Amino acid sequence: MSIGEKRKYKVIGTRPIRHDGVDKVTGRAQYGADVHPTGLLFGAMLRSPHAHAKIKRIDTSRAAALPGVRAVATSADLPDQGSRMVELGEGAVNMRHLSANVLARDKVLYKGHAIAAIAADTIHIAEEAVKLIDVQYELLPPVLDVRAAMKADAPVLNDDVRTDGLPPGDPAADRPTNVAKRILFEKGDVVTGFKSAAVVLEHEFVAGTVHQGYIEPHNATVMWNPDGKITVWMSTQGSFTARQQTAELLRVPVSDVKVVPMEIGGGFGGKISVYLPPVAAVLSRKSGRPVKLIMDRASVFEATGPTPGSYIKLKLGFSKDGRLVAGDAYLAYEAGAYPGSPMGPGCMCVFACYDIPNARVEGYDVCVNKPRTNAYRAPGSTHVAFAIETLIDEFCRQAKIDPAEFRLKNGAKEGVRRVDGPVFDRVGMIETVEAIRDSEHYQTPLKGPNQGRGIATGFWFNCGLKSSVTATVNGDGTVALVEGSTDIGGSRTGIAMQLAETLGITAEEVKPTVGDTDTAGYCDVTGGSRVTFATGIAAHEAAKDIIGQLVVRAAKHWEVDPKTVEYLDGGVTGPTALRMTFRELAATLHDTGGAVIGRGTSSEANQGGAFGTHCVDVEVDPDTGKVQILRYTAAQDCGTAIHPSYVEGQIQGGVVQGIGWALNEEYWYGDDGRMRNPTFLDYRMPTCYDVPMIDTIIVEVPDPQHPYGVRGVGEVPICPPPAAIANAIAAATGVRMRQTPMSPPRVLAEILKS
Amino acid sequence: MAKKRIVQTTLNGDSAEFLCEPRQTLLEVLRDTLGMTGTKEGCTNGNCGSCTVLMNGRAVTSCLVLGVEADGAEIRTIEGVACGGHLDCVQQAFLEGAALQCGICTPGFIMQTEALLAENPKPTEDQIRFHLAGNLCRCTGYDKIVRAVQAAAEKKLSTT
Repeated sequence: MSIGEKRKYKVIGTRPIRHDGVDKVTGRAQYGADVHPTGLLFGAMLRSPHAHAKIKRIDTSRAAALPGVRAVATSADLPDQGSRMVELGEGAVNMRHLSANVLARDKVLYKGHAIAAIAADTIHIAEEAVKLIDVQYELLPPVLDVRAAMKADAPVLNDDVRTDGLPPGDPAADRPTNVAKRILFEKGDVVTGFKSAAVVLEHEFVAGTVHQGYIEPHNATVMWNPDGKITVWMSTQGSFTARQQTAELLRVPVSDVKVVPMEIGGGFGGKISVYLPPVAAVLSRKSGRPVKLIMDRASVFEATGPTPGSYIKLKLGFSKDGRLVAGDAYLAYEAGAYPGSPMGPGCMCVFACYDIPNARVEGYDVCVNKPRTNAYRAPGSTHVAFAIETLIDEFCRQAKIDPAEFRLKNGAKEGVRRVDGPVFDRVGMIETVEAIRDSEHYQTPLKGPNQGRGIATGFWFNCGLKSSVTATVNGDGTVALVEGSTDIGGSRTGIAMQLAETLGITAEEVKPTVGDTDTAGYCDVTGGSRVTFATGIAAHEAAKDIIGQLVVRAAKHWEVDPKTVEYLDGGVTGPTALRMTFRELAATLHDTGGAVIGRGTSSEANQGGAFGTHCVDVEVDPDTGKVQILRYTAAQDCGTAIHPSYVEGQIQGGVVQGIGWALNEEYWYGDDGRMRNPTFLDYRMPTCYDVPMIDTIIVEVPDPQHPYGVRGVGEVPICPPPAAIANAIAAATGVRMRQTPMSPPRVLAEILKS
Repeated sequence: MAKKRIVQTTLNGDSAEFLCEPRQTLLEVLRDTLGMTGTKEGCTNGNCGSCTVLMNGRAVTSCLVLGVEADGAEIRTIEGVACGGHLDCVQQAFLEGAALQCGICTPGFIMQTEALLAENPKPTEDQIRFHLAGNLCRCTGYDKIVRAVQAAAEKKLSTT
C-alpha cells in the first residue's frame, strides 16, 4: 500500500528483479569466505579466555614449531600508533585503541579479545597450533555493568582515558576513568517547564547488550605481495573505510591497499570496523602466501559488534491538556572495551519525535569489559525510543488519551528544533501516525483474553556523506554502472533504477557493478541509511553528465548546432523532427568521439530524517510470561520508494530484529565476564516460527534534498518495536516492562508482583 | 592426523569421489575440497541452517555431517537445483518475491524448501514457518520468504 502522490515515474516505484538475484539463488554469488587464491593458507586466532587481565608474556615457539605452520603474528608485528586520532569516515578514531582491539598489546579487556594468530596449511593445523601458544596473564577484576563502571573505585580498563566534556575545572578531568565522554544538550527552561506540568512521570530503563546477528561471520583474505601491494578480499560495509583502517593500522599508504568487496552476508552496522585484515596481512607478509581468516560464531559474539547495554533515567512533564512540556533524560551507554558507544545519537534522538519546548539531556559513554561496541541499525536510538515511547504510553493510559492522538498533537514537524540544535525540514512523522491511526489494523478491536495493542514511533537522522559512480554507455544501448557502495540488500538495483529513470531507459538496461577500491570512485560506508539516497544522487548526476555529452554527440552526428538538440524520454530530438533513441544514439558513439562516460558525485546533501510508527498486537501467557506477536503493522516515511519490495523488506527485517531485541536477545554474562550464550541456539534471534507476516505502510513525504525525494529506510524500523511491544504488554496485563529483553521470566516476575 | 579416506557419493546427480580426513565436515569438503561454495557457513554448529543440503532426500546441516558419512549417499546442493540452465520454481519464487536481501541464508532456505515441498506439496503458512524454523535469516523478517515458499508451492502444483 502506498500513500502519497500518484506515480509520476517510469522506473522508480516498479519492482524489477534485482541484478544480482540469479547469482544469489543459485549459489554462484561470491561472498568473503568463498575466495580461494592459489597458495592459500588458513588462519586461526588465539583469543583471551579472561575478561580483564594483563598480558605478562606470550610464547609462540611451540606453535611455530608445529609442522604445517607458516606464520605467527602478535601485536608486536603491528606498528606502534602513538596517541594519534585518525578520521575514518564516520568520525575520528583513536588508532592506539583500534590497533589494540585488533591484537591486544599489554592488556586484554574482554573475553574473546584477540591476542595472536597462526597461518597454516589447513585450518585444523592452525587451530592445533593456537592451543600451543603460551600466555601468562595477571588477572584483574572485570566490570560489566555501566553504572558500576562509572564508580570512582571501579577497575579502570584504559589508563589513557579521561572524561571528555566535563565542565571546566572539574577535578575528575585528570584521572584515568572508564567514563570517556559526557554530553549535555539543553533547550528552553527545564525547571520552569516541569513547574508548569500537571503530570510528571519518571522511570529508569535498562537495556541488555545485543548483537547485530548477521549470518555471515567476519572474514578476510589478504595477499601482501613482495612489491608492497596488499590485496584484501573481504565482506565489508565500506571498502574505502576498510582500506583506510587497514592502511593506518599497518602504517602503509592507502594506495598500497586494494580492498575487493565480496558479497556481504549482512552487517547492520557491525561490518564497518576492521578486525581481521591487518592480522591476515601480517601473516601474509611473513609467509609470502595469501592468508584467509574467518571468525567462528562464538568469536563473532564475543569479539565483534555488539550494540551497548544502557541505563536511562527519563522524566517527562505533561500539561493538563495533554501537551509534552518538559523532558529530562540521563543516558549511560556501555562503550565496551574502548570508548565510542552511540550515546551521542541516543542523546540527539531521545526527544526527536516530539515538539518539546523544554528539555535537557545528559549522556555518558562508559568503558566496560565487553567487546568494543559498534553501530547497529539506528545506533543508540532504539534504547531511547524504548524509554520515551513507553513513558508517553503510560501517560496516555493514565490520562485516557488515545496514543495516536497524543502523537499527532505533540509530534515533530517542519520548523521544530531538536534538543541538540538542528531544525527539522519537511518530515513525515505526523503522516506515519495518521497512517497507523487510519489503518484497518488500528481500527479493528482485539478479540481474545490476555491480548493487548501498543503503538510507538521512532526516528533516525539518516546521513548523506560522500558517494560517487561512473557510468559508461555501451554500444548496445545499455549502461555499465560502477559504484563503490557495497550492496548489502539490493542497493545495486535501487541505484541502477535512479540512473535508468533519469536516462529514460529500463532498469534492466543498466548493468551495475560494485567495484573495488582501485576501480570505483570513493564512497563512504553502506550505513546511515545513506546508499539509496547519496549514491542515488551520484547516479542521477552521472546520468545528467551522460545526457549532456549525448546531446553534443547527437548534434555532431546530425551536423547541427547542439543548442537545437534536446534529450527527452530516453532519446534525443533535433531540428526538423530529428529523433534518435538512446539505443540508436549509443550505436553511433564510436563515430563521434568514442566512449561516453558519465560521472557523478554526492557530498553536500544531508538527509532530512525519517520517522516510523508501528502498531503491534500481542498475547501474553499469564502462566509463563511468554509474549506472542499476533499482528504487526509498520508505517514509515521513505520519501519516495525506489523499489517498493526492498523498502518493505528493510522495514520487515528491521521490525523482526526489533522484536528479537524486545523479547529474547541478550548477552548473558557470568560474574567472571564470560558470555554464557555465544551461539545462535542460546542467543535467541527470532525464527520464522516466532513472528507473523509484517504488514507495511509506505508513506511518501519526499525529501526535498534528493532529486527523486528519497529518504533512507533501513534504520528507523528497529526503533519502535521494543516500545510498541512493551506498550502492548501493558495493555494486555497492566504490567509495565522497563527492561529489555522482555523475556518470559521477566514478564512473569512482573505479572506475579502486580 | 588420521589417514585420509576415499569417499564415493552421488553429488547433484553425478558420481563424485573425494579424499577426506575423518575430522572434516561435509560442509568443509564441499567448500574447500570440491570448490562448491554455494553452500554457506554461518555457525558450524547446526544452529543457523545456512549450510543445508539434501542427503538422500533429507535436509541436513552439512556442518554437522562428517565427510566420511557421505560415503554411498546421494547429496544435492544449491548448485544442483537449477536444471539445464533454468531456475527451478523455488529459486524463481525467491527471485521474483524479493525474498532475499544479503542472500547468505538463501541457499539454505532454498534447500530446506525443496525438502518441504517434496514431502508436503500444499503446506499451510504455519507448516512452512515450522519447517523453516531451523534456518535463520536476519535481513528479511521472513515475510517475503514465507510468501515465496507459498508462491513456489502453488506454481509447482499448477505445473505438475
